Amino acid sequence: MTMATGQSTKKRKAAAKPGNESAKRTKTTLRKNSSGSAAHQRTASAQEANAPAPADAHTLQHVIEQFLYAQAESLDGKRWQDYINLFTDEGHYWMPAAPEQTTGEGVPSIFYEDKNLMQVRMRRVQHPDAWSQRPLWGTNHLVSNVIVESENGKKDELVVRSRFHMMEFRRETSRHFGGSYVHHLVHTPDGFRIRLQRVDMVNAQGPFEYVLQIWV
Amino acid sequence: MLQQRPDVRRAVEADRVHKSVYTDPAIFDLEMERIFERVWIYCGHESQVRKPGDYYTLQIGRQPMIMVRGAEGEVNVLYNRCPHRGTMLVGDRQGSTGEFFRCSYHAWTFHTDGKLKNIPMMESGYEGTRWTRENPDCNVKRAARVENYRGFVFASLAADGPTLQEYLGPAKIAFDDMCDRAPAGEVEIVPNCFRVIQNSNWKIFLENQLDALHPSVTHQSTGRAAHEVELDIAKKTGHAPLSYHMLSAFATVTIDQWDNFQTLNYPHGHCILTGYMGLRPQDRDTLDYERVLAKAYGKQRKEEILSTNIHHVLLYPGLSVQSPLQQLRAVRPLGVDKTLTEIWHFRLKGAPEPIYRRALAYYNLVNSPSTMINADDLENFWKCQQGLTADGGEWVSFHRHYGHDIARDGMVETAPGMGTSEAPMRNQMKAWAEFMDKA
Ligand SMILES: [Fe+2]
Repeated sequence: MTMATGQSTKKRKAAAKPGNESAKRTKTTLRKNSSGSAAHQRTASAQEANAPAPADAHTLQHVIEQFLYAQAESLDGKRWQDYINLFTDEGHYWMPAAPEQTTGEGVPSIFYEDKNLMQVRMRRVQHPDAWSQRPLWGTNHLVSNVIVESENGKKDELVVRSRFHMMEFRRETSRHFGGSYVHHLVHTPDGFRIRLQRVDMVNAQGPFEYVLQIWV
Repeated sequence: MLQQRPDVRRAVEADRVHKSVYTDPAIFDLEMERIFERVWIYCGHESQVRKPGDYYTLQIGRQPMIMVRGAEGEVNVLYNRCPHRGTMLVGDRQGSTGEFFRCSYHAWTFHTDGKLKNIPMMESGYEGTRWTRENPDCNVKRAARVENYRGFVFASLAADGPTLQEYLGPAKIAFDDMCDRAPAGEVEIVPNCFRVIQNSNWKIFLENQLDALHPSVTHQSTGRAAHEVELDIAKKTGHAPLSYHMLSAFATVTIDQWDNFQTLNYPHGHCILTGYMGLRPQDRDTLDYERVLAKAYGKQRKEEILSTNIHHVLLYPGLSVQSPLQQLRAVRPLGVDKTLTEIWHFRLKGAPEPIYRRALAYYNLVNSPSTMINADDLENFWKCQQGLTADGGEWVSFHRHYGHDIARDGMVETAPGMGTSEAPMRNQMKAWAEFMDKA
């Protein structure tokens, strides 16, 4: 795969919303590490993936962490379109109904949404008559324990595991959700994009007090 | 001291109901005693417990119960309570107990029909006491009555009363409609249950199930959003998946159109809301399915089955069945202002995969914990519950189209063009008052 690193950084920069402090910060870091992105393309071949040079591994780790943080920030900042834009055109956001599930196809899921369904969800929460959206409502995501796992047999795909904690405050009540993310990331001319994000919440099996209005 | 019993007779009038019915904990206790712990309550589907020893726990009224497959293949419903010291016999929501239950406290064991199997050192420990094998108190108590209709298991904790089929009456069409749509004539459970808690009285949920007036108001935002995207997709690819229509129907069916549908109200509070989604498109998947169905039943019967015009059926007091999409919601009241719904999906045995996928999309979109539909329902339910505690008024109004409903053959149907009649609420509260009046 060939990709002009400079160009991808520029595009990423353009995608970031102006005026958002955290987005700016991410952007800067990504630019600083644009060489890391190139380094990763070298490791993307199957033989090299098992033993990347230490410096490259660190840079890749850093770039990916910044990507995950930026994604979490778009949720907490309620920048839904930015969030959707992080997925590939065929990308899916998937929250399994049970931990043993291996695919979202043909099984019950808490979420199994492509970009079209994500559009529905976004437009719904933006609609002035989404009654349940009216109260004061906010979330706080922490993402950690980021492990760049493998090339997953697919040349262009990177599998990244992480842990998250999300605290939500709505009306008078706080709720907590914790669990793991698995991101299947692909390189695009615009930077990393998500082919599949799997979200396993530790407390997904319990009864839900109220619902999940938006992606976790 | 005798406890003061609430006077429920004065709480219900033909066209209005006193707010205390939703907010008074004493009335809630009486409901558990006189309704939930007497009438037929849905336990689960027999395919949830396939092998002997498989069990599933549930709540009937205030009673923790176990539905378990017995050694002879029968489905038993037992109180989840060891007769020794009262310990729950199983603590997990579901699982397999093997050949017998073994209490985790003192290792008493019981057969899956509830009969005592063994007490460690029974001979030496209980000699001369009245705790003998012949004493029926040694067994795990069974639900007074258990019946199965087309695979759906119900229990009644009262020894007397109508049979299940007598109780359900014409509303049992919920299960016939669901099972008949399967070429094999039966359904099986999809092994997942979504559970959502509503911070409101259980009756508010039941009333909403048949409230044809609310969707275009409550679900405006989701219906509109889905419709916009549906049109976008159609523009790009020619046609959008049916799942978008399932959501957009909440907004595209406008408030005045809802009067064209109908509710059919039956004794004991049951009710049928007729269909509006138009789930019989002429695409390839549907036509394939229709061919399989015709092969199983013959053309004429197939036509009868598919033209059954049901949106969903309410089986009072605790079950809402959406038969054309093979899903149901079981209502488990937890308190006067707290209600658990257990939401299940079923697979039509013998039907092609795309038909299952279509219903699954509805299960995921409308009934999962990320539902874009119930999010706004639950918000309204909670607001109702809060508002009803206020002293701003004494009564809840069920006057819509009152006096216009058509009563015949022991049932009440809404008049033509009056589908948004609050007849289902009036019918439910009439049944409620009858149940509650029986000491
Ligand atoms: Fe609704």
